[in-house]
Amino acid sequence: MVDFLQLFVSGLATGSIYALAALGFTLLWQTSGTINFAQGEFVMLPAFGMLALASVGVPLLAAFAITCGLAVVVLGWGFKRGIADPLLKFGLMPVVVATIGLSIALRNGVRAGYTAEAQPFPSLFGDQLFHLGAVTVTRVDVGTLVAALALVLGTQAFLARTVTGRAMQAVAQNTESAMVLGIDVPRMIFYTFAINAILACTAALLIAPTYLAKFDMGESLGTKAFFAAVIGGFNNSRAALLGGVIVGVCENLAAAYVSAAYKDAVALAIFMVVILVRPQGLLGKPIGRTV
Amino acid sequence: MHMKRPWLLVVVAVAALVVMPPYLKSYGLYLISYWLVFVIATMGLNLTVGYAGQASLGHAAFFGIGAYCVAILMKAGSSFWLGLPLAAVGCFGLGLGLGFPALRVQTIYLAFATLGFNVAVWLVMRNEEWLTGGVFGINDVGRPDLFGLSLDGSLAYYYVILVVAAVLAALLWGLLRSPWGKAFTALRDNPIRAESLGIDVRAYTLLAFAIGASYAGIAGALFASLVQFVEPTPFSLSVSFMMYLMVVVGGPGYFFGPMLGALVGVLVPEWLRFAQGWYLVAFGIAVALLMLWLPGGLLSLADRRQARRRARAAANARSASPTAPGAR
Amino acid sequence: MKPQLSIATALACLLVVSTAHAEIKIAVLQELSGTGATAGTNFKNGVQLAVNEINAAGGILGQKLDATIEDTQSNPGIAKGLALKAVDDGAFAVFGPTFSGSMIVSMAQTRKAQVPNFTGADAAAITQQGNPYVFRTSFTQTVSMPKLARYIAGALKAKTVAIIFVNNDFGKGGRDAFVKAAAAAGLTMAADISTDAGLLDFSAAVLKAKRSNADVVFVYTNEEESARCLRELRKQEVTKPIVGETTLTGQRVIELAGPAANGALAHVGLTTDAPIPAVREFRAKFEKAYKYTPDHNGLKGYTSVYMLKAGIAAAGKLDRVAVAKALHGLKIRAASEPGVLMDVAIDDHGDLDRESFIVEVKNGKQEVKETLPPLTKF
Repeated sequence: MVDFLQLFVSGLATGSIYALAALGFTLLWQTSGTINFAQGEFVMLPAFGMLALASVGVPLLAAFAITCGLAVVVLGWGFKRGIADPLLKFGLMPVVVATIGLSIALRNGVRAGYTAEAQPFPSLFGDQLFHLGAVTVTRVDVGTLVAALALVLGTQAFLARTVTGRAMQAVAQNTESAMVLGIDVPRMIFYTFAINAILACTAALLIAPTYLAKFDMGESLGTKAFFAAVIGGFNNSRAALLGGVIVGVCENLAAAYVSAAYKDAVALAIFMVVILVRPQGLLGKPIGRTV
Repeated sequence: MHMKRPWLLVVVAVAALVVMPPYLKSYGLYLISYWLVFVIATMGLNLTVGYAGQASLGHAAFFGIGAYCVAILMKAGSSFWLGLPLAAVGCFGLGLGLGFPALRVQTIYLAFATLGFNVAVWLVMRNEEWLTGGVFGINDVGRPDLFGLSLDGSLAYYYVILVVAAVLAALLWGLLRSPWGKAFTALRDNPIRAESLGIDVRAYTLLAFAIGASYAGIAGALFASLVQFVEPTPFSLSVSFMMYLMVVVGGPGYFFGPMLGALVGVLVPEWLRFAQGWYLVAFGIAVALLMLWLPGGLLSLADRRQARRRARAAANARSASPTAPGAR
Repeated sequence: MKPQLSIATALACLLVVSTAHAEIKIAVLQELSGTGATAGTNFKNGVQLAVNEINAAGGILGQKLDATIEDTQSNPGIAKGLALKAVDDGAFAVFGPTFSGSMIVSMAQTRKAQVPNFTGADAAAITQQGNPYVFRTSFTQTVSMPKLARYIAGALKAKTVAIIFVNNDFGKGGRDAFVKAAAAAGLTMAADISTDAGLLDFSAAVLKAKRSNADVVFVYTNEEESARCLRELRKQEVTKPIVGETTLTGQRVIELAGPAANGALAHVGLTTDAPIPAVREFRAKFEKAYKYTPDHNGLKGYTSVYMLKAGIAAAGKLDRVAVAKALHGLKIRAASEPGVLMDVAIDDHGDLDRESFIVEVKNGKQEVKETLPPLTKF
């Protein structure tokens, strides 16, 4: 029982990391129909950005703020104007391929331009251990979980309670009607991209101490985030957290009780079952087909 | 393509592919063989993605299954010529099996299902050491003989790949000219209308997917004997992404798209090697820029020129016509 | 001979002689992107450092080295092509790839073309195929694991071992070799735990190891994973000795794991923390040139070029077949060829023999506890 709890708690922490990446992914898809295959790299890049700033002496939180700003401009506005806007009208294929190209470029750019080595990343929380009963938890685990929860709930609140948020939701549900209602659709879409950039930046801040900043950290993170987003529900943001937690916890339990070599298969099996049985995800709403 | 004599270009290209290779050094020959293998795989993917309008992100799984099929059989003493058809038929069956449940849901979910399939297959390839050699792979995969003549040499094997590619291309051409081909295109353009016209959307999509899978299987079989070492790395998810990239960059729905796309995917990184550590960055950026310039893929350039020419001709005709304002 | 003919012959001879003064081409095929990028980049940098040094000192037999560097993308299919390219380009020697799978494929090509091929790859199979042109740059797992197993059974007085390994050809090969060596040393395996490359959460793996109550935990993973594993071991308060091979106590891992690395033990073939002045000098030179501390792959790359140099010197001429023959059975003393940093003997299969170390991490630094001498008499 203790083992189970230990694995569960660790899985929650890891899962909240996947959830952060999944959240931005889901938002982009909801409001603009962009599938961003470079999402993992959108987390990797700010991590290195903060490292670069830290190496010239900027304190961590200041570096975080500056990187957030840069991320909104480059990964938010730049990505939107440069890739999403020109290509979305041609359907999904060009965007998918362009983001695949982008992810290759970013990953190898950091590798060639910065370093191929993994880099240590300063932690916000510190490494202290404490015991909840027989279960050992680090401050990082708790901190990450709390931060992720706060971000997800905060984003949900923003979308549901504020006028801008509701406008963004309107754009997600029916772009034409939103336009007719006088909502500045391009601006709402930009806000989504900006939020995605900030979420990715925060994910980097929380993940990199454990994950360690490396040029290829985006690859597996991107795939896991994708799974988490689909399992939870590709068209519901709170679901990203559920999806992430499911993936994180199941991996651990599978590794311990089933087979370490096939632990990924468990998340995968859930993923496949969800797609076939309930394609809108566990918390999502069904999507109708438009004629 | 609407050139004056498009078949002339094809004939020249095929002739070059037959005549040139003996003059290439071993590296060049290897690259061309590698390219042809990917052409076969992407022709299949083009059928699924470009013609039937489905999104498949797990093509490398079928590629790998074909490769392991040949590798395992040949290690057990069987002939390549047993492994090749087995790979084709096996992947066709698997394609049907995977597609059947997955196609019940929306397009985008087929993408997810194939992605999941790829990861699952890769895990099996890596873990089941008794079957696939696990992480160590299967080494020293042989090459085929034909009637006692060994096709072991690089040049001889290249011609094997070329012949198989030509046959498969011809088959695909025939398929696309047939009523089935028209049904596929109808599917892509407007599946709901196609359904209302009486086309069994499910059946045709499934068929396109399964044929695509079997092409990948054949390509994989050829790949195994080309590299002569089979292990899980070339069959991972990122290779599926690369194949998808090749189809879209070449031009989805164009018959020659895969030839160009595979050229970009296989050869462009090689040409960019002079950029040293930055060659993959240049490749990624080039792909993104290419999409921005030609979202329909490289071959859509011809269509665009055609459309522009027609538009210009129409504009000229309008201004030259006696009823146009300002005309005399 | 007629005058024109004799002039022509003279010119022809000059041409031959002048082309013979061309540079010594070496091809460096390494994993510079993909999963092997860290190891491959380190190896490549080591090679480059050595090449620059040798050229600055006048080259080998009066000829400079011309290194062409290619990226295998951690993909054996591409590695094979690059090996063919190197052969086409007339490379005198090939360095790499480091990935065992890629090495096995490309060495078939270099063997056909009779080109000496140095590699840092670990798989035992590489030197078991009777290839007279392959040369290692580090111990194989079949040499290092028995040394380690004997240490665990002897000095640590352990009876049972739990092994945590990474599920790729490097990790699995090491695990297989260790299991065999452990059995020979009288140890039993209490747990056999596989982990994925790039694994983020080691709680399940460490939990299994803890529950097995083994006397010793043997960790055999890549660098980032080693760091995470060490942290998890500390978090779950595992007090048993943690033992590994070179990667576990590498400088990088110590940096990444922080205080969790203290107390870890490892058998190390090549380490930049060895108490050998030549190695320390190499490290300083590397850090100056590349602005980071090299790992053992950097050492492998650097020493391999000097091994080639020693081989050419022993053969006395720039003939590939002769150099390969000269390298077999060659004992290279660091005193006469400082570039190899430590005395090394190459056997007839292309395997190496060198001294090695048992190190312990104390206060964030590697400390050599014991030096294990080579089997060959120098």
